[in-house]
Amino acid sequence: MLLRAAQRETARRGPQLRITGKELDDLAYQAAADALVAITAKIGEFRGESRFTTWAYKFVIFEVSAKIGRHFWRNPERPVDNEDWDQLPDRFGFDPAQRAESRDMLIAVRDAVETELTSRQREVFVALAVNGMPLDALVIRLGSNRNAIYKTMFDARRKLRAALVAKGYLDEEGSRRS
Amino acid sequence: MNGWTALDQFLRTDPSDVGCAEAMELLHVYVHLVASGAPAADRYPGIAAHLRACGPCGQDFEGLLALVEDSGEQ
Repeated sequence: MLLRAAQRETARRGPQLRITGKELDDLAYQAAADALVAITAKIGEFRGESRFTTWAYKFVIFEVSAKIGRHFWRNPERPVDNEDWDQLPDRFGFDPAQRAESRDMLIAVRDAVETELTSRQREVFVALAVNGMPLDALVIRLGSNRNAIYKTMFDARRKLRAALVAKGYLDEEGSRRS
Repeated sequence: MNGWTALDQFLRTDPSDVGCAEAMELLHVYVHLVASGAPAADRYPGIAAHLRACGPCGQDFEGLLALVEDSGEQ
């Protein structure tokens, strides 16, 4: 049952990950095996708030996510330490024809990142938002956990938005540039 | 959507967002409610806010929901 669930989940995610064939199958086997270990260890925590299978499948999903995060480092799509700031306008859909707008955004965001964020927040923001690294891959790299990285990014987003609002790039309520 | 709007949406944070730990702790309960047709987002607005904002947790939610729906156990 766990293996079938892991195979379904890896098949669902595989196309987005460039993992196929035996590699994807191995990932599913490992995820199912590790999920069984987790379920065995935590079975006393099951409180009947859902079907047992739903609770058990959750650990399969977690293991698939964790293994995909590790897989990223076996075959990174591009160098991970280069700060790829020039890609940022594309990530937010700025029209290449609107060079002045793109340049203004880039300058404003880079300045806010440098002046408003802690070094840890800056590291996480650059990895996730600028370089497009998957969050679960960054978790592995920093030896952290998803919750801690998400919280760091959450705080960085909040501080950057406040800075861009204060400087008139974004409005407090809406999103239109003043 | 223009670039500034997309940037604004990316930077916006929801104070009710419970974070990954709490959302994943209750993911099976949330999925059970969704699969049962119950108003999961009304009962757990902080989890709903988190799943909208966090790509990896949203992916886990979609995966677990798909497994439950495929198994026909809801």
